[in-house]
Order: sequence, then structure tokens, then C-alpha cells
Amino acid sequence: MLLSEVGYARPATLEQALGVLAEYPGARALAGGQTLINVMKARAAAPDVLVDLAGIAELKGIELGPDGTLELGPMTTYSELIGSAEGRARPILGEVCAQIADVQVRNKGTIGGNVCSSDPTNHLPPLFAALGATFTVTGADGERAVPAEEFFLGVYMTAAGPGELLTKISVPAGRSDGFASVPIGVDGTCIVNAAATVNGGVRVALGCVDATPVLVEASSADAEAVRAAVRGARVDPPSDVHASADYRRHLAEVVAVRAVEQAERGN
Amino acid sequence: MENTPVVTAQTVTVEVNGTTFEREVEARRLLIHFLRDDLDLTGSHVGCDTGNCGACSVIVDGTLVKSCMLLAVQADGAKIETVEGLAQDDELSSLQQAFSDHHALQCGYCTPGMLMSATALLRDNPSPSDDEISRAIQGNICRCTGYWNIVKAVKAASGQEVGE
Repeated sequence: MLLSEVGYARPATLEQALGVLAEYPGARALAGGQTLINVMKARAAAPDVLVDLAGIAELKGIELGPDGTLELGPMTTYSELIGSAEGRARPILGEVCAQIADVQVRNKGTIGGNVCSSDPTNHLPPLFAALGATFTVTGADGERAVPAEEFFLGVYMTAAGPGELLTKISVPAGRSDGFASVPIGVDGTCIVNAAATVNGGVRVALGCVDATPVLVEASSADAEAVRAAVRGARVDPPSDVHASADYRRHLAEVVAVRAVEQAERGN
Repeated sequence: MENTPVVTAQTVTVEVNGTTFEREVEARRLLIHFLRDDLDLTGSHVGCDTGNCGACSVIVDGTLVKSCMLLAVQADGAKIETVEGLAQDDELSSLQQAFSDHHALQCGYCTPGMLMSATALLRDNPSPSDDEISRAIQGNICRCTGYWNIVKAVKAASGQEVGE
């Protein structure tokens, strides 16, 4: 497919990238391109300029801090996270990335792109929300830390505003995590998904049932308590060819219980 | 600091199957069209053009990707392997020979992508199980649905026994 005409810049530093974004209000950051290139083909997005982040070393890499905090560069691909020794400090990360699409997409698609596209069916928004991750957003005025649950503002909308970039994802230490989904085919787009963390409390983030992940706290890891917590969120999911709203509400309880069960096993 | 230039076209240099090519390319050009239309390497196919079918799969700097979801300018400076590079001196690679021996192609449209995915798999995992092969070709759709023989061929190419 021939894309609409577009400008291209490949900055070598974060400062240069922010410079291009500031100069061209119609510019969009290009991470792995596994979503953006396709929406450009469909003419659903028409950026004037693509700012390719692939040359910026500061946006790559995975570091494990002394307190167990994982610092993830947003340009880390799914495959890099799956294969990372440091990444295994929080095993659910690689486990969930291995459920995204296929080898080719995992080789090119990035964790930063997954969260910044803020597609309600994506895997990583609910996961990072459940894990209590912190996102660092950098713009001309400097950087700020945004908790994952405040990062997702709507469908395709995040706290990283015009002229800003997601520059780091920090994940606190922990092991008792779970993720469950009902996808369209193995590793396909999720119809409903849920991520859970059990660490004193029981924290579940539901995906695909609203524009952004829905966080609920259950009173215990008991299945009935988890179901009650999900019902208490009174989600109003969309209906489509894959599932009615009622069925999605039902699935939300089912996948939440499964995610918490997995998290309990890791406890 | 110097501003980063914004261009609508640039010179792209790539090494494809050992040969270096240099072309002026529009930023909007997808890598698959650069390979097929500019370099006349028509082995890689355009199946769906939505990133689903994998017929355009190539290996860029050692990594298997779908070349319909990559701009040619993103591949500037890269080493690219396409299906044309698999056979050496008109001698099929052992994987290609196994595809022939095990009837792993029907219409053949998905075959270039299947071969590149299987090539990437066998480099990482020289002795894959049936499940591992199935997962490795998850991003490649065979619309003739001839998957079973493809899995057999990949297994045979890895030197493992395959049943009839």
C-alpha cells in the first residue's frame, strides 16, 4: 500500500526528538510501527512527520535496580523483554509479551508503543496498571512521573501529550502476578483480559471492558471475593461481533479469577 | 545542537542477500515495495498488506519482521535476507528441499514467508518440536491450510524424524 506522503526524521537523542515534535505539531513518534504503519495504511492516522525513535539509545535497555525495581526503556521490543535475564525479575512481563500476536510483531513491536497506542484491547495497559508501574513522561519542560493508572486517559489517548514522549517504565519488585485473557485465536486480539497482583492486597486490572484499564481491589484472593469486586466495578463494555456486553461482563469475572489464581500460585 | 532534518525522501543503502543497493526512496515507501519494485526482488510477497499474513516476512539484521510494517527508510544501513538468498548456486537450501519433499506448498503464495520464518526458527532452535514450529509460523497464514506438511518439512529440515 502506498502511504500518504509523510516526513521522516531519525533523531539520535531524546532532546533532538523532542525538538522535532515541538517544531512540527502534526508529528508522531514512530516506535516499532506495528500499529502506526497499519493505521496509516488505513488512513486512520495521517501524521505530517514520523519521528523514528529507533536511533535513541536512552530509550532502550532493561535495568534491574538494587531494590528489585525494573527500569524498562520504552523502545524495548517484546522479544527483547521475553529474552531478558533482568526482565525475569518480574516473570509475568515476558510471559504476557509472549502472548502478543506473532514472532514478527514481537520482534519489532515495543512495550512503549503498546501502552502509548492505548488501544483498550492491548495486553500491557492492564498489566502495568495491576503491577503499579510508574511511567516517566518527558517534554520540553522536563520530566514527570505518572502512575500507570493515571497514564491511560481514553481510547488512543494517554498522559503523554503533544510534544511529549514516554521515556521510562518503572516496575516495582514482586513475583505474585497473573494474567488471563480470552483472545480471538491463540495470541490474538483480546476480547477481555485481566492482570492481577497479590501483594498484601489483591489488585486486578480489567482490559477491553472500558476505554482504559479498570482497577479493582478484591477483599481476598477467594474466587467469590474476586467476582464480587469485578461486579462492583459495574463495567459497561461494548458489544461487537466477538462478544455481547453481557458476555464480556461475564468473561471479566472469569479472567479476573484466573489471573488471581495464577498470582496466588506465584505467592 | 543541530536540528534533526525532516525529509520526505532520502538515500537508503541496504545489503540484501550479500549485495549492496543504494536508492533514493520516499519516506512513505514500505520495505516490501522497496524490495519488490525498486530492487526487483519479487520473491517476498504482498498477501494482506495489513500485517497479518506474513507472506512479506524477511530477516532484517538477523531479526524476522514483516516488511509491510516497516518503512524502507527505517531499514537504512541494514543487512536484509530474503527468500532469494536461501538457495546457493542454484542448490536449494535443506529447508527448501524439505518443503519440496514433504509437499509443504500448494499454491506457493505463503511459501517465501514460511521459509523465512522457518529459517529464523532453525537458527534459534535447531531441533524444534511440532509445537515450537507451529508457534514460530503463527504469523504466517497459509490459505490452502496446508500447515501440517509445512510443520513436517521444517521438522525434517532440522534432521528430526517425521512420520508419514
